[in-house]
Amino acid sequence: MNDIIDKSYFSKDAALRVGRTLVGPLLLIVIWWFANNLQLVSDKLLPGPIETFGSLWTSLADGSMTADLTATLYRTLYAFALAAIVGIPTGIILGSSDRIYHLVEFLVDFFRSTPATAMFPLFLLIFGIGDFAKVAVAAFSAWLVVLFNVAYGVMNSRKTRILAARVMGASKWQVFRTVMFFESLPQTFVGLRMAVSLALVVIIVAEMFIGSTNGMGHRIIDAQQVFDLQQMYASILMTGMIGYGFNVLFLTVEKHAVHWAGR
Amino acid sequence: MTFSQYENRWHTNCVMKTKPDAHVRQIIGRSGIKRSDREPDFNEKAGLVYMNAIVEHAVVDFSTALEERNPQTADRMPQQPHITIRGLTKKFAGVPLYEKFNLDLPKGQVTCVFGPNGCGKSTLINMIAGLIPYDAGDILFDGKTLKETNIGYVFQNYREALFPWMRAVDNIKYPLRINGASKEECDARIDELVRSFDVKFDLNRYPYEFSGGQQQLISIMRALAPKPEVIFLDEPFSALDYEMTLFIRDKLQEIFSSTDVTMVVVSHDLEEAVYLADQVLLLTKRPTEVADTVSFTAVRPRDIDTLSSDAFVQTKARCLDIFQREVRR
Repeated sequence: MNDIIDKSYFSKDAALRVGRTLVGPLLLIVIWWFANNLQLVSDKLLPGPIETFGSLWTSLADGSMTADLTATLYRTLYAFALAAIVGIPTGIILGSSDRIYHLVEFLVDFFRSTPATAMFPLFLLIFGIGDFAKVAVAAFSAWLVVLFNVAYGVMNSRKTRILAARVMGASKWQVFRTVMFFESLPQTFVGLRMAVSLALVVIIVAEMFIGSTNGMGHRIIDAQQVFDLQQMYASILMTGMIGYGFNVLFLTVEKHAVHWAGR
Repeated sequence: MTFSQYENRWHTNCVMKTKPDAHVRQIIGRSGIKRSDREPDFNEKAGLVYMNAIVEHAVVDFSTALEERNPQTADRMPQQPHITIRGLTKKFAGVPLYEKFNLDLPKGQVTCVFGPNGCGKSTLINMIAGLIPYDAGDILFDGKTLKETNIGYVFQNYREALFPWMRAVDNIKYPLRINGASKEECDARIDELVRSFDVKFDLNRYPYEFSGGQQQLISIMRALAPKPEVIFLDEPFSALDYEMTLFIRDKLQEIFSSTDVTMVVVSHDLEEAVYLADQVLLLTKRPTEVADTVSFTAVRPRDIDTLSSDAFVQTKARCLDIFQREVRR
């Protein structure tokens, strides 16, 4: 029943929905255009939307932004991959044992509350002024997010399902592999989505301030230094698009991978 | 010793494979058969020897004991117990819920458990099924431990008991799969179940795509898939509407009639309990004891007419009497 209603809803009102989603951004661009055109804000601080998008288009078309874009994407995904690979198993271990969880609860909460940027100098000392220092600090903060989300997912898994598996004769390992893993998956995906956003934030900041020669963060700061405001706004918009793109991508994967969540 | 004491000893010592007491060990030792022989029929042989010993040594006791027995039960064949519970003790925060609790559940019959709120109906079957630990006592299935016994369990809340990440068909295959059955064996069993349940809906969908009644039916099929000796149902109808309750009740009867499974059903609805039961087990308030067992022998399949029959009405009234006596106490 629900299926049928949902499908017809999508097919009929898809255009309307997309249209509604676009109203906000279009309105903002119109306000931006008016503000610029009526000289409400100095032209030196806010270039017009047409010039900004034009600049973004040329930078993408002539390939001058490509190097920075790929560098940022590469670092973010690298950091995210490290966080996920280490975070999921550690999260599962943490979540499946009360004793271990209470042992490290304080540490995890403490480092989660510490701004990642405060640890830049430390990571620079450990890893040197290379690319890996940026990746490492982003991976570290993203890892903490994955860690506690996976752990919560495991801890809050429905006891009935675990009992059901056990009463059917599943061993501890089978319960873990066939029940607890899937039970924690919805929360794991929430963690992964938050982790990739955080990794992007930390990478952009790191590119701005810890001796980088490329990346979107570096590009934004560079444009600001030489007062190329069109380029600066264009780069900011591009960074926003990366973040939004990641979010949409992860939501789509999540919807298919954990189709049962919330049902 | 009275007859029932002998009978009890026989159950606890021989059938239940627990440590035989000195008396039994002596008799069995003299007979020459050894447990270490790993004879498959050790129990039977030992039992025979012990029974002979009883007859030899206690002819006098025996005859008086026979007279002591309830004449009503004496003329009927004694029902063979399937599940034997001896000395079961369970405390919650120091307060005893069960204290040295003894119970026999008959083989191949439907036992419905009914009792006042908080007397631990569900706790009892959960302890038998191994879902919650108990503090002391023995629970054996035909003399075997839980680990050696194939059981099925149907939870009250099907939504939280089925695995939503698996299709319905994989849910049903799950107990077979984890016990190492091949794909062909699983498929064959599914076919069998679909036929016997007369399933009309597509099992290749996910549990959340089905109605509540269909989901509970899937749960029951999952519990029955490995052909269990005993199946436990914990208030299986309480989350269903009336139409579905009637439907599943009749399905359960069908299944029960076509197999020799022992069924234990916890129920909070007396009418439902009597309708399904061969015997209704009535429990007291805590610390819980058996208030009485009332048997209901109406022929199966039972239907709407059964509900208005004299036997049904009388049995229900009798159960209600006992129940109210226990609640007021």
